[in-house]
Amino acid sequence: MSAQAPPRTELLLQLADDELVLGWRDSEWTGIAPFLEEDVAFSSIAQTEIGHARAFYELAAAELDTTADELAFDRRPEEYRCAPLVELNLVHDWAKSVARRWLYETADAIRVDSLKASDWPELAGLAAKIEREEAYHALHAGMWRDRLTRSTARERFATAVDELWPYALGLVEGDQRRILCEAAGREDVPAVERGAHVEDWPALWEEMTMVRRTVPGGSW
Amino acid sequence: MSLASALTAERVWEALADVPDPEIPVISVVDLGVVRDVQVDGERVRVEFTPTFLGCPALDVMRTQMADAVRALGAEPEVVVVTDDGWSTDRISAVGREKLREAGYGPPTPRPTGPIQLVQLQTGAFRCPYCNSIDTRLDNLFGPTACRSIRYCRNCRQPFEQFKTI
Repeated sequence: MSAQAPPRTELLLQLADDELVLGWRDSEWTGIAPFLEEDVAFSSIAQTEIGHARAFYELAAAELDTTADELAFDRRPEEYRCAPLVELNLVHDWAKSVARRWLYETADAIRVDSLKASDWPELAGLAAKIEREEAYHALHAGMWRDRLTRSTARERFATAVDELWPYALGLVEGDQRRILCEAAGREDVPAVERGAHVEDWPALWEEMTMVRRTVPGGSW
Repeated sequence: MSLASALTAERVWEALADVPDPEIPVISVVDLGVVRDVQVDGERVRVEFTPTFLGCPALDVMRTQMADAVRALGAEPEVVVVTDDGWSTDRISAVGREKLREAGYGPPTPRPTGPIQLVQLQTGAFRCPYCNSIDTRLDNLFGPTACRSIRYCRNCRQPFEQFKTI
């Protein structure tokens, strides 16, 4: 696979990598969330996001004559197109994890909405289905944002959102940034763009791809 | 004349009606409404289906079981996953809904028309599958699988799994 894919495949890989890596990060709360309901919620959300990643990878794989698994797990760390927001290791910081979930869902809703108008029927149809599933994620994220905003964790949560905001802007491009600013009620600032990877990424890549690298071509 | 030459879509539908949902075996993939189309072309059978949620871990098992059911009819299966919004939980049959309720799952409420909205927080929209009371509350939007929430019946004090509307 070449480093630079065709534009529409490039977009699919960005979407798929975002969903896969965020799903992986969300799953890190499995077993250690503040209470049982959130163990279940974060695990379920992680599973759904990775399901979306699979659907995007399958569309991309058909274009690139490869498979979803190869795209998800057989690339070098520098070949992933995910936004730095999803790479950050935020486990053990609930306020930041909730802030990321809320910011991500807010940005994701904007781009998924635009994908529904795609002239690629498979992508438009997929976006419409994903939008229905994401409505549950958005409800969960909004509920937690309201809860932390009204609690004694208010300042801690506000600091987390401030810190992650430039990363959130990096999820979308062009006019979608303006829409994101309006949706989040925040000012435009220089974004942490895709392309560079944060220092938390290599360790996550090692973990994500370990089994496939250990047993090349293995199947289960 | 081979067996397969007499194969009709109707016979394939009948065979698929015996394929249980891997996670809720009381209901078949046909009653669950996930089978969208069956096309028979000689000895080849194309089955289109849509998972309730894209991340459903039962997807591959469903695909394998449906392919096996087609093979048992002597035909060559092609099972295709269609990932668009043309499917909704409204497609679960009346028989399927009753089977879900009997097994202790609240069947999904109808998909609202117009913009996407969630009825999960409304009171009165969900009926307890055990005692039929509508005095139930949402305990967790997320449940043991992507397609189910956890609700609690205040009347009979029983938690139950509520199918999400998609």
